[in-house]
Amino acid sequence: MIWYLAQRLLQAVGVMLGVTVITFLLVFLLPADPARMIAGRSATPATVASIRSELGLDRPLPVQYVSYVKGLVTGKMGRSYAQKAEVTRLIRARLLPTVQLALAGIVFELLIGLPAGIMAALKRGTGVDQTVMALAFVGVSAPQFVVGLLLIYFLSYLLPIFPLGGYGTPLHVILPAITVGLAGGGWYARVTRSAMIEVLRQDYVRTARAKGVFPTKVVFKHVLKNAVLPVVALVGLDIGVFMGGIVIVESVFGWPGIGQMIWQAIQLVDIPVIMGGVIVTALFVVVGNLLADIVYPALDPRIRYS
Amino acid sequence: MASGSAAKAVGRGSAVGRAPKWVRRFVGNRAAVAGLIGVLLVLFVSIFAPLLAPHDPAKQYFDGLTLEGFPLPPERPFWFGTDLLGRDLLSRVIYGARISLIVGVAANGVAVLIGLMVGVAAGYFRGVPETVLMRITDVMTAFPALILAIALAAILRPSLWIVALVIALVNWVWIARAVYAQVLSIGRREFVEAAGALGVGTFRTLVKHILPHLVSTLMVFGTLGISTTVLLEASLSFLGVGVQPPTPSWGGIINESQSYFLNAPWLVVFPGVSILITSLSFNLLGEGLRDALDLSERR
Repeated sequence: MIWYLAQRLLQAVGVMLGVTVITFLLVFLLPADPARMIAGRSATPATVASIRSELGLDRPLPVQYVSYVKGLVTGKMGRSYAQKAEVTRLIRARLLPTVQLALAGIVFELLIGLPAGIMAALKRGTGVDQTVMALAFVGVSAPQFVVGLLLIYFLSYLLPIFPLGGYGTPLHVILPAITVGLAGGGWYARVTRSAMIEVLRQDYVRTARAKGVFPTKVVFKHVLKNAVLPVVALVGLDIGVFMGGIVIVESVFGWPGIGQMIWQAIQLVDIPVIMGGVIVTALFVVVGNLLADIVYPALDPRIRYS
Repeated sequence: MASGSAAKAVGRGSAVGRAPKWVRRFVGNRAAVAGLIGVLLVLFVSIFAPLLAPHDPAKQYFDGLTLEGFPLPPERPFWFGTDLLGRDLLSRVIYGARISLIVGVAANGVAVLIGLMVGVAAGYFRGVPETVLMRITDVMTAFPALILAIALAAILRPSLWIVALVIALVNWVWIARAVYAQVLSIGRREFVEAAGALGVGTFRTLVKHILPHLVSTLMVFGTLGISTTVLLEASLSFLGVGVQPPTPSWGGIINESQSYFLNAPWLVVFPGVSILITSLSFNLLGEGLRDALDLSERR
């Protein structure tokens, strides 16, 4: 068990190192010259050169990379070119809104997906099952920016229940969270349904039924526990798709999170902020996967750590 | 000769009943057939766009705006209404189908190709190539696809083909993993060992003995993946780093109209529903093929 954890942790660190390499290479393919951008139009070549050396951009790429990773280890990501602030400080300011939106989104995802999947499995082959599964497909295939804009149109504009966008009160988070949750909810409905059907087929469920255990009790005590808990652990594996969705949703609702930050930084060619943002979202994914790998076997004792 | 072709035609006619099992299973699945019809519909619209579009998609109509300069709601002669510049939305949505399909299909094609090559190379040659390729795949899966795509698209200055390439570059990893797993299991089977023992060359083994077993996987990913690439193209265009105006792309139309959509919701609804229909159809078709070809559930 401890051996397994150590191994998985080491793997995660390795992946994160790879992430920094790829991010670094990617950003240095940028056609823009950050030193020139900071210096402004009327700057002399000497000024540009001095800014370049001040930023350390005149050093060879591997040297720049090593110093960047050294900084990362001590929690430094450099300074933003556009705003005179540490990147870590900027990220810290954006972290809470993104985490709030992510948690609310996961809640909605499960709130939509689990009951739908359970219902479809219990009513397998009926009209209920088919309707739920059709809706699940629509949820997965619907573009999130369209869902978000339509929610704003109906529930903020025609019926002014929710704010048009922005951040602040709990009311602000609901529409963005539904938008994120709808796509994931469709996926969870399908996964939950197949997990439920698998468990309903098991001998111990048949035995419980044969013993005359009350049908509702069979579902709650025997089926749900074994089918749903592992599905919940899958949240961790899905975090990559989820984080991508958050960028769109933050843009539609003007939510001041990491996604917006990356988006604005890309338009300003603010390299340290782009790098920091991409690395942090990748970290979310890696940690999510790690948690899933640890939690999944813990919830389902039939699966061994190996 | 004439009688020969007649006999062939008769033979083909009676062969419907003896169609491969997977075709019969596919036809029996209503959702899958609905998906196929949807895909054919989008294909039809994009091929015959010049004939179907009632107006020039790029023309700014003088009578396409209200006296105050606002877009027109859906009404004759503009069935889907007009956009902020007084252009016919229906014609733009019809031409948008081309962009969506071209980018979606090209991006997914390239992704399948990369995934196939990486998966086969890692699964067949093992050793160093396996370690290197699969670790790169691991790292690539750690990036949220859309975020990486935005960053790449912003760096590379988007054109139609660049957008397709960017989408392919963030989308091949899942295909590579699936192909890799399958090649590993095929590689252990006797007929591959026998081929090696008989002195069959590497290339010939791959093409004659490995590739045929990957056909159904590739068919599923070849269709299912398009539902993802279509959505990614729409998302990139919506964020402004996808297909650039004045080319009419569905995500781009919504992006242009975003500031005014509360007063002109049709500017979001029509392109939005088009994206949904396209993505949903490929999704249903792909899942239908997976069920018919009996591949186990994966994502």
